[in-house]
Amino acid sequence: MTDQPAKTTVQDGLAFERPLSDLQQKIAELRKLNAGSHLELAGEIELLEERLRRQTAEVYAHLSPWERVNVARHAERPLTSDYVQLMLDDFVELHGDRVFGEDRAILTGLATMAGRRFLLVGHRKGKTVKDRLACNFGCAHPEGYRKAMQKMRLAEKWKLPIVTFINTPGAYPGIGAEERGQASAIARNILEMFDLKVPVVCIVIGEGGSGGALGIGVGDRVGMLENSYYSVISPEGCAAILWKSGDKAPEAADALKLTSKDLLRLGLVDKVIEEPLGGAHRDPKGAVERVKAQIGTWLGELAELPVERLLEQRYQKFRRMGTPNGL
Amino acid sequence: MAWTRFGKKKDMPGGLWIKCESCGAMLFRKEFEQKHRVCGTCGYHFTLPARDRIALTADPGTFEEMWKDLTARDVLEFNDRVPYAEKLVSTKAKTGESDAMVTGTAQVKGIPCALGVMNFQFLGGSMGMVVGEKIALLCEMATERKLPVVLFACSGGARMHEGAVSLMQMAKTCGALQRLHQAGVASISVMTHPTTGGVTASFASVCDMLIAEPGALIGFAGPRVIATTIKKELPKGFQRSEFLLEKGQIDRIVARSAMRDELARLLAYATGRDAVAAFKPVPVAAELEAVAVPAVEPPAEKPRKKAKVRKAEEA
Repeated sequence: MTDQPAKTTVQDGLAFERPLSDLQQKIAELRKLNAGSHLELAGEIELLEERLRRQTAEVYAHLSPWERVNVARHAERPLTSDYVQLMLDDFVELHGDRVFGEDRAILTGLATMAGRRFLLVGHRKGKTVKDRLACNFGCAHPEGYRKAMQKMRLAEKWKLPIVTFINTPGAYPGIGAEERGQASAIARNILEMFDLKVPVVCIVIGEGGSGGALGIGVGDRVGMLENSYYSVISPEGCAAILWKSGDKAPEAADALKLTSKDLLRLGLVDKVIEEPLGGAHRDPKGAVERVKAQIGTWLGELAELPVERLLEQRYQKFRRMGTPNGL
Repeated sequence: MAWTRFGKKKDMPGGLWIKCESCGAMLFRKEFEQKHRVCGTCGYHFTLPARDRIALTADPGTFEEMWKDLTARDVLEFNDRVPYAEKLVSTKAKTGESDAMVTGTAQVKGIPCALGVMNFQFLGGSMGMVVGEKIALLCEMATERKLPVVLFACSGGARMHEGAVSLMQMAKTCGALQRLHQAGVASISVMTHPTTGGVTASFASVCDMLIAEPGALIGFAGPRVIATTIKKELPKGFQRSEFLLEKGQIDRIVARSAMRDELARLLAYATGRDAVAAFKPVPVAAELEAVAVPAVEPPAEKPRKKAKVRKAEEA
């Protein structure tokens, strides 16, 4: 937990954060006071901290799916670029799809983490306003997906495993994207990921927005951070279509069963990676550490498997998802 | 996912006349049906129910349906305004189909193939676990039997009511097609109006050959979503078959009346077999009554029953 009061980026869906950030602010003020004078405030501070811990645990244990969606979108939640910084010992960024252009919404590069070498592919959202615009808020174009595949084929050739970080509201819906085959770029990636003869680990770190997420999401192991979501459509989009009103997003989020626990229960992901108390945005380092450990474990396991078994298991894993009645 | 917009019925069942969705011309229903639901004035291709599509594509009596009884499970207990479980029951009753996909084996001008046809009448042809499973089963069967696969897409995208389970059908279908490719078996995707969302972004786009009917709306995002996102008017003809051809996204545009011939031609190239030349595409109604010429003798019962149903509907 940081000493700084959380910035009040309270959107509608983050109203539950308000009492927590108020408490945090109070603690910070008392700390300042304590440092400046010789008043005995340590006991008081300790008490408040304990209360904050309890309240945070209580609030985060009972978040609604819509509230979790908002945590997944939190402005201070660690992004792919944070993982690169905090998790890797070396990173060589690789650009371009070799056909059309460079899409900054997807980051690709050679990575080293605790002695392991792999290819990292991740949606990139950007930190500053300028960055965010350059990354198109994490909404990739076809060239982004093609870049990802071009690098994944390179990884296959160089016998490097692949780690992908999923964090996108969805693939970009625009004129250029359609002209250049957004649908076919995503479809091609999904198909070819079944054919990659190296281990593939995918982690949903924030938003798992539909086909745009799955476009780099076919792996031997798929994990989700506790407060991330993975959905066929955004709650807003679903509400607009089925409820005929975007205001019904909380209801749609509920109905879509898009939280990490739901996905695990439905057998669509392998593991939920728990976040530090109060969400990854409260303790980015703690969150990164847990993801790092999980990637290490999985890459270790998968390295043991012969290629044929790896591919067979990857196919069977997705083949089993959604079994109808009458089989 | 934008399928609800296409779900509105503009033609009244049983009515003598229907209005063209594209040019507004009034069309005499009987003639319209005889043209396989193509507007006689502007050539607009309306969506075609799966059974009609099969009748138009497969040699009479050769279609053998498989996995007919697969039905969706409501794993999410999804409830918007009507619970999904209820919606499934009423849609099944209304359409007589178990879900949005019909699969089986057939011959096209004498060439055997695995055939999968989407049914737009069933919840906008949306892809859920049944559609995904049937395509995977079809591809696995075709891989084993070395049968070329022909898939007709017609869908608003993934079925929201099945949440992320429907999303994963994109992976399931692509995985099965990847194995088919690996086995060297041919696949042809025919995209018909409309083909959008998760269907375009999965199996419909990764077959060996991509064909579209004229004027079909084909894309990843729906036009309304794009217009709202970019806050601009969309160019004329945007996301239509002709636009996709122009942009290098599809191999060919084929009119409905020529589709069977064209498929037979392509399947001949893909399999090294020769198409039986005697087949000419004929109007569905006439075809049902026609005496079959092909190598395989059709069982006479099925088509007749169908013709009766059709007549009953018209009466």
